[in-house]
Amino acid sequence: MKIAVTSGKGGTGKTTIATMLAYACDNPQYIDCDAEEPNGYLFLKPKIERVEPFNVLVPKINEDICTFCGKCADACVYKALVVMGEPLKKTMFFDELCHSCGACAYVCPVEGALVEVPDEIGKIKIGKAQYIDFVMGELNIGEASATQLIASLKKNYINESKTVILDSPPGTSCTVVETIEGVDYVLLVTEPTSFGLSDLKLSVELVRDMGLKFGIVVNKYEEDNTLIDDYAKEEGIEILFRLPFSKEFAESYSKSELPFEKFKDDFKDLLKKIEERV
Amino acid sequence: MRVLVTALGDSMNASVDERFGRAEYFIIYDTGTKNFEAIKNPFLNDQGGVGVSAAKFTVEKGVDAVISGSYGPNALEILRASSIKLYNAQNRTVQENIDKLLEGKLERF
Repeated sequence: MKIAVTSGKGGTGKTTIATMLAYACDNPQYIDCDAEEPNGYLFLKPKIERVEPFNVLVPKINEDICTFCGKCADACVYKALVVMGEPLKKTMFFDELCHSCGACAYVCPVEGALVEVPDEIGKIKIGKAQYIDFVMGELNIGEASATQLIASLKKNYINESKTVILDSPPGTSCTVVETIEGVDYVLLVTEPTSFGLSDLKLSVELVRDMGLKFGIVVNKYEEDNTLIDDYAKEEGIEILFRLPFSKEFAESYSKSELPFEKFKDDFKDLLKKIEERV
Repeated sequence: MRVLVTALGDSMNASVDERFGRAEYFIIYDTGTKNFEAIKNPFLNDQGGVGVSAAKFTVEKGVDAVISGSYGPNALEILRASSIKLYNAQNRTVQENIDKLLEGKLERF
């Protein structure tokens, strides 16, 4: 079973919920897909056993034999290539716009003028945190997009025999779509603030559009604040779990410690609820 | 000389648009004939790569100079690879910037 933990707003508690849920599973694999800013390792404190480089393919141009025909640039829908013919005779590549689709190399009519070469954009770290199989993606500093790295995490590192917890990036863009696509259940973590609610609505729109099963977890819950409850009721969305706000919790979080044991039974209940709904 | 000015409107009296890639209009002014052509930025609603597209467009238009408020890194790389001269716009209309340029009072980017 694959469960993705995501949120519209950042800082609502995705990693808190994802790591505590992983801790409550019998046979868990935790995958940190928030490769731009992975932080699950701070709380799970895994022993990293293997670090693998993650490469994407990017075009390399040999201007000595390039005829500056412009076919590669025409084929690039992401506008990562610009060809300037006579008298400038230049083919320029902008790596942060490249999606490694390979169209440029496919259409290039001159053998060797444009070839695809590997470019390391990040690393994948694999290890173990007690009984939790741990995987994290980490984008190298200065790289623009983690989407392909996340795609690789999902394609090559998921262990189907485990209960897989995918800790997602926040928001509703490509990285989130890549993370939650094809999972059995999505937990939308939110907080009872106007920002939390506003961004939750965007997440709900996304998961509904993708046809995924989902429910809400309210973090930093306060009994007298019914902002999220009212919305969920109105939309007919289930709130699976409410993690109450507490100062002690925040203090321990700030020391990169989470009360895993204290809440283990609550998270076991949450897992059971998810299993019943899949 | 043909000069491309990024503008908020389609006339010589329009204010300069501070943005290069996401400018509302590109006004191409010919200092010889004193005629101009206003082109609605065809890349305005593109998701990404607008700097690249706008710079390529500028190079293809064969202009000699550009006046704009700011140039993004990708656009700059392309424009610098060409021989087009880049100028910093002053916070005025397209016409006033052209006048300043012709008086030699416009600062090079």
